[in-house]
Amino acid sequence: MSDLIYQLKDLKVSFPDLSQKPLLGTAPRTQVLKGLTFDVAKGDVLGIVGGSGSGKSTLGRTMIRLLEPESGSILFEGSEIAHMNEDDLRPLRKKFQMVFQDPMSSLNPRRQVGGIIAGPMRLQGFDNLSARVNEALEMVGLPKTFTNRYPHELSGGQRQRVGIARAIALRPDFILADEIVSGLDVSSQAQVLNLLEQLVRDLGLTLAFVSHDLSVIRRLCSRILVLHQGEIVENALTANLFSNPQADYTRTLLDAIPLPDPNQVWE
Amino acid sequence: MSYLSIQDLTVRLRNGLPLLRKVSLDVKSGEVRALVGESGAGKSMIGKAVLGILPRAARLTGGTILLDGEDLLALPPKARRQRIGAKAALIPQDPLTALNPSRRIGPQITDRLVDILGWKRPEAEARAFELLEEVHIQSPRRVMKSYPHELSGGMRQRVLIASAFAAEPKLIIADEPTTALDVTVQKQILKLIREMQERHQTALLFVTHDLGVVSKISQSLTVLYAGKVIEDTGVRAFFDAPQHAYSKALLAATPKYTDPDGSLMPVPDNIIAAVEREVAAFDAQMNE
Repeated sequence: MSDLIYQLKDLKVSFPDLSQKPLLGTAPRTQVLKGLTFDVAKGDVLGIVGGSGSGKSTLGRTMIRLLEPESGSILFEGSEIAHMNEDDLRPLRKKFQMVFQDPMSSLNPRRQVGGIIAGPMRLQGFDNLSARVNEALEMVGLPKTFTNRYPHELSGGQRQRVGIARAIALRPDFILADEIVSGLDVSSQAQVLNLLEQLVRDLGLTLAFVSHDLSVIRRLCSRILVLHQGEIVENALTANLFSNPQADYTRTLLDAIPLPDPNQVWE
Repeated sequence: MSYLSIQDLTVRLRNGLPLLRKVSLDVKSGEVRALVGESGAGKSMIGKAVLGILPRAARLTGGTILLDGEDLLALPPKARRQRIGAKAALIPQDPLTALNPSRRIGPQITDRLVDILGWKRPEAEARAFELLEEVHIQSPRRVMKSYPHELSGGMRQRVLIASAFAAEPKLIIADEPTTALDVTVQKQILKLIREMQERHQTALLFVTHDLGVVSKISQSLTVLYAGKVIEDTGVRAFFDAPQHAYSKALLAATPKYTDPDGSLMPVPDNIIAAVEREVAAFDAQMNE
């Protein structure tokens, strides 16, 4: 019990389908997650993989309660958060943080990096903010002088580091990283992944890493959840998934990854 | 004989800072050449220079661009635009910004045929229908009547591919056309681009930062760093043994799930420093 950080049971999420909404009355709902059950152990690095529309981002956002599920249960460190109200959630929020896909739209363009990183800590009532900001910057490998920079002055990889610094500054137990390297070129991608790997080790973080790219996930993750159309089609240890994929959809995903090798031929 | 031949192309910002440093490359009819590099390496800038759509802040300060044997830069602007419009086309990166959200798909494909090439409307519509079938869209008639937001990302990219091939260009520049797509859709789109390119024997310049994609689509590649050509070689030769240390580092940074320990390695600082020195030395020579 104590070694599980998350226990999810029969989690269902649906959204109203506005394209089918009658003029008067409510829109029919589209089921996005169709009853997911799985656990996340402390210290795990969980990869959540799937194509567009598979529900992988929705799952992540529901786990940290940016979305409320329709039904089912989410136990986070033993407490039921599936339908917890915002006031009760707030003190828990410092324990689960998120790094967003697009660092340009998730960093306020009018604030300096120092203010961006300090923001959530201020809301959570932390003290010694500037020391904590400097420490967070150091952990993500950015110089202290960056506190006075604006997001537009930074490269894509540096912006993503700021997003990571903002999340780890609160010393969370769990971080959700949603497609955080898909906008970066290969060398910044490799740097950011190495940084995450190191932070997970040093801080004892539990991480959920959402991506459509299994080759990126292989390096980082210990366990992989493959989603397809709102259902878990495979939940396996990383090594097993790559050596012996069980689901057809997993094989389709693996086969679609372009390896840097001209001998790999696509049918 | 090369359909597109670029010699010593130099593009600078207005303040003199070089974005492209004497870039030379050739693409033959029926050949796919990849342009590879990190963000800011100038790979998209080459395509923009060829198509005459450089951003305002940049200007072409030297070199020649031969398209179908004709020196584009020697032509008066109007004639140049006419030649480029008739012989070259672009497949853009982001299909959502490239399509007008408030117009139906059909006219967005036919406009170019009607306005630039002087086709009659019914003729152009028949051609658009044919093209949408060619890019394997199941119900072309419905898609022509749809608005961009009603289509998925992969469908939108198919529409843009159809639109690029509409006027039978002999050169296509594809600017990271699959970076916004997930892997399974990316695979379909890459196969489609390759199929269309082979059938029409088009010269294709394919801009990407992903060496995995390069190995699937192209026969030759040009590696760029800071607007300078670092390596120009055939695909097999490159993946067997990249010559330049920077190319090797770029290959080692590329994700490869079959080799988790030998991939996703950040480009080492000393390699960056060495290639920076090489660029500086090249600049000194260029400014003499």
